[in-house]
Amino acid sequence: MTSIDNIGVQVQAVHGNVRPILNEVLHALDKLIDNNETTIIDLAGLPFGPGELDVLEETLGKGELSAQLDALGSSRIQETTYPGVWWIEHRNAHDEVVGRYLEITRIPEILSSQDADICAGRVSLGEQFE
Amino acid sequence: MKNKPTVGEILQAKGVSRRGFLKYCATTASLLALPPAMIPRIAKAIESARRPSVIWLSFQECTGCTESLTRSAAPTVEGLIFDAISLDYHHTLQAASGDQAEAARHAAMEENEGGYLVLVDGSIPMGNPGFSTIAGISNYDMLMETVAGAAAVVSIGTCAAFGGIPGANPNPTGAVSVGDLVKDKPIINVPGCPPIPMVMTAVLTQFLTFGQLPEVDKYGRPLAFFGQTIHDRCYRRPFYEQGKFANTFDDEGAKAGWCLYKLGCKGPTTYNACATVKWNQGTSFPIESGHPCLGCSEPDFWDKGGFYEPLSTGNFGSGAKVAGAAAAGVALGAVAAVAGRRRQAKYTKEA
Ligand code: SF4
Repeated sequence: MTSIDNIGVQVQAVHGNVRPILNEVLHALDKLIDNNETTIIDLAGLPFGPGELDVLEETLGKGELSAQLDALGSSRIQETTYPGVWWIEHRNAHDEVVGRYLEITRIPEILSSQDADICAGRVSLGEQFE
Repeated sequence: MKNKPTVGEILQAKGVSRRGFLKYCATTASLLALPPAMIPRIAKAIESARRPSVIWLSFQECTGCTESLTRSAAPTVEGLIFDAISLDYHHTLQAASGDQAEAARHAAMEENEGGYLVLVDGSIPMGNPGFSTIAGISNYDMLMETVAGAAAVVSIGTCAAFGGIPGANPNPTGAVSVGDLVKDKPIINVPGCPPIPMVMTAVLTQFLTFGQLPEVDKYGRPLAFFGQTIHDRCYRRPFYEQGKFANTFDDEGAKAGWCLYKLGCKGPTTYNACATVKWNQGTSFPIESGHPCLGCSEPDFWDKGGFYEPLSTGNFGSGAKVAGAAAAGVALGAVAAVAGRRRQAKYTKEA
């Protein structure tokens, strides 16, 4: 056992943010079902205590679909166990988290191929084979 | 300015895909505390924005502010902002020195007359111009000459914003802040010792994206980051409300992560974003590591009594008020969430 392990720190958990966010997700799901309206909850502005974000992530769980995006660093796009509720985490080239969102939608916009990229791809394929 | 490439063109030339760009805009919205609904507007604005010219002046400082900002070597999402601005003069970072460097500064000033940003770190010694010079030019002369044609000035760090450590008692160099000298230009103060890098980039991003400077408080600090105290957004706040305090750094309260008020925490009187933006790759902030907030983004933080003296000892003016406020406590999550939403609602209305 190292000396650091000997320090008997047992931080008491504070999880005041989890319930309000889950409530917001419930309302957002109603909006998606009733009006096909997408909601994005930016988790960056909330004062999470140690471990609180993990509790939120664990509560939502991992669903059937997860995707990894490589653009300006990696991004994880994970559907939670609740269909329509997506956990999105953007990282930069140093693997630092630069954005964390809950997106309540059918398919997060960032997963769709983008028109500008499709056009650029068409040009580059054409240059090689036409 | 007209011939400069747009930010969209710069990103395209770097091979950034549209998805990458959307990701960049999403993190920019987050950085500026804007609602995600603003992302399309941000995308449109950033695409067509032309890179602004920036002149960075370093006076009586420790280079900690520049260090805080430029640690990253590989391209990062927020680092792109620095590719998107044209940093025309920064005597710590640029290769040129002496006359050559000064020529670059003059060229940037002439070419971008009325449209460039001046960033300053460090305070200005008024006791004797010889205390701090660059290429034989006193800090005062360089500042006044450079800001004359600027669109705005951003004071980076507590020294430039408030005088900071050089200005601390007995202030041997007669150090003053930028705002003490520059009276006819908009000044944005981004204090902190050092300031949070993301807050520095956010101010530049806002200027780049919307061509405007952020809303500020009475000390000229951007409200998006300095609108609330550390205490307002501290995850230990519930312990404060319950009267559970650490009394020493190794007692049971400290080990349990209770409130650090009695150990001198200046969170209740300090406006900054450390509790949410955090430090070291978003790992934590001082209170999360068990140390009280020093209040480094407040004017005269160095001279406000002992760092480990509780606010209620009276050195800080508002201590008694703060101690009394505990009785009327409100749940942390609710306060933070409501304040955040209120700010977002305001921008949505303007969008
Ligand atoms: S006094 Fe300091 S540690 Fe305690 S709740 Fe306020 S900011 Fe957090």
